[in-house]
Amino acid sequence: MSFDHDTVTGFAKSFGLFYLIAMSIGVIVYAYWPANRKQFDHAAHSIISDDEDRPCP
Amino acid sequence: MIQGTWIIQRGGVGMVALLTALERTYAAIILVFVICVGVAMAVAGRGDLMAAHGWIVALFGMVVMAVLLRGIDAPEPWEERFREYYDDPTKVGIILALIWGVIGMFVGVWVAALLAWPDLTFDAAWASFGRLRPVHTSGVIFGFGGNALIATSFHVLQRTTRARLPDQLSPWFVLIGYNLFCVLAATGYLMGLTQSKEYAEPEWYADLWLVIVWVVYFLIYIRTLARRREPHIYVANWYYMAFILVVAILHIVNNLAVPVSIGHAKSYSLFSGVQDAMTQWWYGHNAVAFFLTAGFLGMLYYYLPKRAGRPIYSYRMSIISFWGITFMYMWAGSHHLHYTALPHWVQTLGMVFSLVLLVPSWASAGNALLTLNGAWHKVRDDAVLRFMMLAAIFYGIATFEGSFMAIRAVNSLSHYTDWTVGHVHAGALGWVAMITFGSLYALVPWMWKRPALYSARLVELHFWLALAGTVVYVFAMWNSGITQGLMWRTYDQNGTLAYSFIDTLVAMHPYYIARTVGGLLFLAGAVVAFYNIWMTISRPAPVDEGAAADLPVEPPAPRAWAQAGE
Repeated sequence: MSFDHDTVTGFAKSFGLFYLIAMSIGVIVYAYWPANRKQFDHAAHSIISDDEDRPCP
Repeated sequence: MIQGTWIIQRGGVGMVALLTALERTYAAIILVFVICVGVAMAVAGRGDLMAAHGWIVALFGMVVMAVLLRGIDAPEPWEERFREYYDDPTKVGIILALIWGVIGMFVGVWVAALLAWPDLTFDAAWASFGRLRPVHTSGVIFGFGGNALIATSFHVLQRTTRARLPDQLSPWFVLIGYNLFCVLAATGYLMGLTQSKEYAEPEWYADLWLVIVWVVYFLIYIRTLARRREPHIYVANWYYMAFILVVAILHIVNNLAVPVSIGHAKSYSLFSGVQDAMTQWWYGHNAVAFFLTAGFLGMLYYYLPKRAGRPIYSYRMSIISFWGITFMYMWAGSHHLHYTALPHWVQTLGMVFSLVLLVPSWASAGNALLTLNGAWHKVRDDAVLRFMMLAAIFYGIATFEGSFMAIRAVNSLSHYTDWTVGHVHAGALGWVAMITFGSLYALVPWMWKRPALYSARLVELHFWLALAGTVVYVFAMWNSGITQGLMWRTYDQNGTLAYSFIDTLVAMHPYYIARTVGGLLFLAGAVVAFYNIWMTISRPAPVDEGAAADLPVEPPAPRAWAQAGE
């Protein structure tokens, strides 16, 4: 397989397409996975709590 | 008692005294090494501009060494300090960001004035447009923006992981080393040293130094995350990490170059022709994406909810837009090379990704504004929060405009005109500077344990100066750019160009004056911010118990801590 323009183009137009689609699906599944909801809510609320001006011991 | 004086006296000696004896020793060794490298550069580069940079490196090392030596004999710090976050580098970073901001914006106004009144070079080579302009761009992007990112990232990282920075030396190495890079960049431009790559102008030795600094920066992030006490890594850290990691990749690839010799500043890029152009704009656009967007989104996702006292509207949306932004921006750079020798499909690829990018960009902007929905009274009353809201709005405007301008047909009108300059400044002034000022205003009272800023009215004044300056600037450049673009493509009945280049300059002159005024307003705002923050810091800390109870983040720590040591 030569590393010419057509090869690069073919790779970009096939692999490039599918890995981005796969990644998009993966991200959406992760974001909406029901079990993750709790830790997301906790993370979103934790930064606005007032008791964070000291590291955990 | 000794600890009490440390808390009050937060000067250089106080900061050095918080380092352990071992850390002070390592710092001295690093500085001796830096000074030696500087002298070696000066010797190897004699007869070349590199020699001047060698002396600057050596001098820089000596100045930092002088600060270190003043506190080198201080007693070993108390173990108690591990109960506190390590914020000294953040404090210094905030001040450095503001200094660079005022310098960089001043030079920006100067180069804007140069375009309207070219005589302002005063016949000095160093004051020519070509040399001053990168001082402005690097000064504001790397000096102001970069220092603000480093300072806030250390703050956000520690608070969201609830872990102290892993050691006290590496944050200083990153902050001071990064500023050495900024100094080398700015002084190099004034002497005429440049790689001629936009936003990547510094020469090879400065680039190599930045790689070392940046790797240490990333390691600090990884090491702190490894110590984290929160199981989930808050989304702001993901943005900061994307900023650090991707900027490292971009910087290394785009600056692959071979110096003429080890004693010469000049180097030649590994790439040539259209490959060089594509590499440069892959870098250039991702510098916008990861330096000017991802890092500052990290700021937005922490300081805006924090200041508003409301959790981010949709945490899920912040995750989805994170992955969208990081993976799609990578492919958008080729829209800078429409109608060039770059293969047509690569141009189209860049255009399509730029359009798709609108989705995650608006998801972030919308997420920020929806977070504020229900707290508009706070936005009305609090100019600091209003800075952040305005930043989100300008982020939405600038990303829409960017996607629009990336369309090939639109680009045929906009490219090479002042419209591009207007677009960049809608993003840089409206988004980057607004979120930075908002975050720094929020952060300064927390860092220095003050009940509030010195003057809320000055923040209000700054807000309106910044907004007026941005609007004047952007409207002037829209007018100028579209006028210019239309004049370039107007043909007369014989099929020849209707306007000469000089005709377009004459038409743009009033807009150039307006742009200078807009920039001046924005600079005035930055000076007001500097004064306000400086007065906040230099004002003595409150001793009144009642006032202390009003602190935004309660710091009963110093008092209890001082007693614990006695």
